[in-house]
Order: sequence, then C-alpha cells, then structure tokens
Amino acid sequence: MINILEYLEATVTRFPDKPAFIGERGALTFKQLYDKARAAGSFLSERGIYKKPVAVFMEKGADMVAAFFGAVYGGCYYVPLDAEMPVYRIKQILEAVNLSLVIYDDFSQKLLSERGFPCEAVHSAHIAAHPVNDAVHSAHIAGHPVNDAALQTIRQNAIDTDPLYVVFTSGSTGIPKGVTACHRSVIDYIENLSEVLEVGADTVFGNQSPLYLDACLKELIPTLKFGACTYFIPKSLFMFPVKLIEYINEHKINTICWVASALGLVAGLGALNKITPHTLRTVAFGSEVFAVKHLNQWREAVPEARFIHLYGPTETTGMSLYYKVDREFGEKESVPIGRPFTNTGVLLLDENGNAPPDGQTGEICIRGTCLCLGYYNDPERTSAAFVQNPRSPFADPIYKTGDLGYRGADGNYYFVARKDHQIKHMGYRIELTEIEWVAARLPGVQMACAVFDGEASRIVLYYMAEEGTQKTAVQAGLKDELPRYMQPHAVIALDSLPQTPGGKIDRVKLLAMYKEERKS
Amino acid sequence: MLLEILQELHPEIDYAAHTTLIDDRVIDSYDIIFLVGEIANKLDVEIPADELTPENFNSYASLAALVERLG
Repeated sequence: MINILEYLEATVTRFPDKPAFIGERGALTFKQLYDKARAAGSFLSERGIYKKPVAVFMEKGADMVAAFFGAVYGGCYYVPLDAEMPVYRIKQILEAVNLSLVIYDDFSQKLLSERGFPCEAVHSAHIAAHPVNDAVHSAHIAGHPVNDAALQTIRQNAIDTDPLYVVFTSGSTGIPKGVTACHRSVIDYIENLSEVLEVGADTVFGNQSPLYLDACLKELIPTLKFGACTYFIPKSLFMFPVKLIEYINEHKINTICWVASALGLVAGLGALNKITPHTLRTVAFGSEVFAVKHLNQWREAVPEARFIHLYGPTETTGMSLYYKVDREFGEKESVPIGRPFTNTGVLLLDENGNAPPDGQTGEICIRGTCLCLGYYNDPERTSAAFVQNPRSPFADPIYKTGDLGYRGADGNYYFVARKDHQIKHMGYRIELTEIEWVAARLPGVQMACAVFDGEASRIVLYYMAEEGTQKTAVQAGLKDELPRYMQPHAVIALDSLPQTPGGKIDRVKLLAMYKEERKS
Repeated sequence: MLLEILQELHPEIDYAAHTTLIDDRVIDSYDIIFLVGEIANKLDVEIPADELTPENFNSYASLAALVERLG
C-alpha cells in the first residue's frame, strides 16, 4: 500500500451509499466523497498544480474532508487553515508554505473579508511574502469533470514518502512549525491504531478535534479504511454536556477519541449523573493529563466501554503509545502512557545521550516509520528535533519529544513533565513563549512572561510596559492576536519582572506569586 | 457579584445589553467551566448539569435568574 486513497477506493466499492462523514451542514456518502475528491484532483491537474501544498480553509465538515482528499488526488498535500487561527498565524502560514492555491467556501470567504483578507487579496502578493497564485471556491471545484487518465498518471508516480499534509503547531519563537507527514507514516499509524481501538465497519466515531490538527486522523482515515462513519460533533455542544450526551445517544456513537479536557468537562460539570452515554464502547483520551477522578467517573458511568490512553506528539504522526486502562486508579496515581504501538520504538535518553538507569527519568525519544518528514521549509529546527540515535552505529533518526518520562516496573512508560515551556491546555499544545512574543509586540509592552497554573488550568500573563499603557489596551490586543485557547485568563502589570540570578525572568517566582494571590 | 465574575471574564462586554452571549460565541466552553466554578466558589450556588443550556447562559439576566432560582 502506497497511498491513503487506496482505503477510500476499496471502501467505495463496498459501501458506496453509506454516509461517511456527517456534519452540521450536511453529509457525504463514500461515493459522493470519492466523486468530489476526484473532481478536485482533476481540477488541480488541469491547472498544473502538482506536488504542491494546497491550503484548505473551510467550515469544519464533510466538504472540508473532500477537499483534503481532493488535494491528494491531485498529487498535492493539504494545509488546513481554520477560523480559530488568529490573523497573524494565517499570515505566517501563507508566508511559510509558498501556497499554490487556497480552497475556501462561503464561510471562510466571509471570515477572510471580515478580517481584512478578501479572497481577491489572497492571491495578490501583499499578504504574504510569497504570492498566493489563486483562490478558488470549493463549489466550483466539486463540479469539475473528472479526468481519469490524469488521476491515474498522478497515482502511478506517487510514492509512500510523498507528503500528505502540513499542519502547523505553536513554535517557541513565535513562528509556527509546519509538521509535514507522509502517506507511509499515516498508513503505519492507522493500521496499528485501528487494531488498538478495534475499529470496524460498524464503528461510529464522534469527532471532537479540529480538522487543522493531526488529531483528526484518528477518525478520518479509519473511516475510509473500514467504511465506518464519522459525526463531526457541533462545537457548541461541548459547553452543554447533557446535550452532548444526548447527541451521542441519538446518533448511536460508539467510539470517541477526545482530548482529556473534553471528557473532564463532561464529568466535572456533573453530566454523567444525569444521563449515560450508553452507546459508547471505546473511549480514547489523550493530548494531556486526564484527572483520575474524572476517569473514574467515566468508567463508572460506562463500565462496558474500553478506556484507552493515547500519547504522542504531532511530529511522530498522530499517537505513538497507548495504554488500555485495565484497573482502578487511585486519585494520587498517574495513568501510564503505556507501550508503543506496533512498529514504533521508544527510548529514553539523559542529557548526555545515555540511557538512564531503570526507572529513572529521561527524555522520551521516538523512532520508526511514524517519524514525520520534519518541519516544512525549516531545516534548522528540523535538525534540532530530529537527530541521530546516539546509541546506533547506523542511520537511525529519532525524534526528541521534549517530554520527560520513565519506564515503570510494570513495563509501562509514564509521562513526568516537559523540558521546556510548552504546555497542554484544553488539549491544545501551546508554547508559553509564543504568548509572550505576541504580548511583547503590542504597543507599549516592554517585556512579558506567561506562566501556567496547572491546578487551576489558567494561563497568566505578567508584563511591564511604558508609562501610560492601558491594561485594557493590552487585553484587547491579546484578544485580537491570540487564538481563543491561548488567551491568558489573567493579565497582570508589574513595574518590573523578577529575575533569576542568571538574569532570566523568574517564572517559578511569578507562578508562586499568582498562586499566592489566588488564595487570598 | 455575578456581574463582577462575568466582567472579569470579558471586560469589554456590556452585559446589560447583550442577550446572545452563546449565539454570538462570546461565551465558549472554556468560559462555562470558569463560570460554573466561580459561581460555586463565590456565590455558593451549584449549577446542575441539566441547567447548562444555551438559554440559561445567553444573557446576564437569564444567568442571574438561574442563580436566584438555585440559590
């Protein structure tokens, strides 16, 4: 197998009329998905767009998925953009990928113009350093006549290390990193993930994660492979957990792979005492630490369901380790991240590149087919994170996750902490330094430091500014510039920021100050 | 007190005038958790899960009425 479209092509002959993807704005059967994607591929081919990044900026739903696979039919790879992204991030992405085409819809067209990006301007040079050559409405592509011969030639020339997508993650310098993954890595991931999740044709996924992250591969690709079905759960339901569970029950959703905070919200707000999501049989959670209290509430509510903890960075394509919860956990215990998927290797390295003694903490490093193709057009940061395994006498690239962990006596790996200032908040991966970078660019702000109070799940920004700088202006600036999930919950001005003896901003002290203040 | 909690969340919003806080996505799921927590801590009112509805959170008036009813 070389290309993920082979999953779709096998499934469309078996289940042509079965709904594949169902969203708020409509659904697509496998045949409709297949036809739309092939039309888009033919369109790209006719325009001579081949082996290029194709941005997809659309409302989350079935048509967005069709555009992804349309890019792939055209021999290209997709770059998802989202309305949640702040303006500067979209600009950065446009600058980073030297875009050939933006596929948009009515929804994003409106958003683009509201934010000063009328679609006409998307293909003029002044937004990005690299001109975007064209923008096209998705409805226009969908009706394009299919050119079988062209699609066939494209596929004959495809190899499994061709890129499939570029997704952007927060970068510590303020410049996002375009994680680029190839077909082979995704196929490897999906084959092994599907086994762990026990996906089949009768699987009904309830998707929570946005389509601009690699997290959505968990639903998208197994749906193609097995002829399963994915519901895109309306985002607003995650505010109203009883309604969310009613939705799950109504649509007989049996498999969910959610960020831990979404599951935590349902339990924490008391919804499981009111209503039982009785159709669930697989509940996978990850991307951040799941409070044991909430896990226990979930297990009590749906005792028949399997609970699976997933762990893995975007750079190693989806998830890398898993743990099937097979026992009761005490509130002071931590749930292991478990063992690597089949065909994935894990090793721990200390600061000198040696294996730490048994049970001791080291940096979690990952090796195997899952390693992505690196950061798009960014050899410097790629070579810092993807390195040669210091313990191998042959070419053996590993990805250094920046996560510290250890291997327990039970054979499972356990996550301990981050090495740097990256945090996980509401399932999103956030560099605190990116928040500081944005804050420091606001008028009047001289210095900024963001800290994360994990217990309260709050981001706090301390800053010092020129005299006369209004706090409300700083707050408003942050609201404009940062995506919702990165916005500080508290913004605090100081005359000066405390420093460590080495002259760095003292984050530990700031965090302690904040915790003290909250208590009083 | 409730108004103060809301203002801490979104200082730029005129809560007297705004009656579509949920529909306009002023308040999102992050905020709901914060609000439920703060209302429990500061007003000693527990909002049960089945009262978490768009109607109850769409305006300051509807939320105040809910808190009053539960308090």
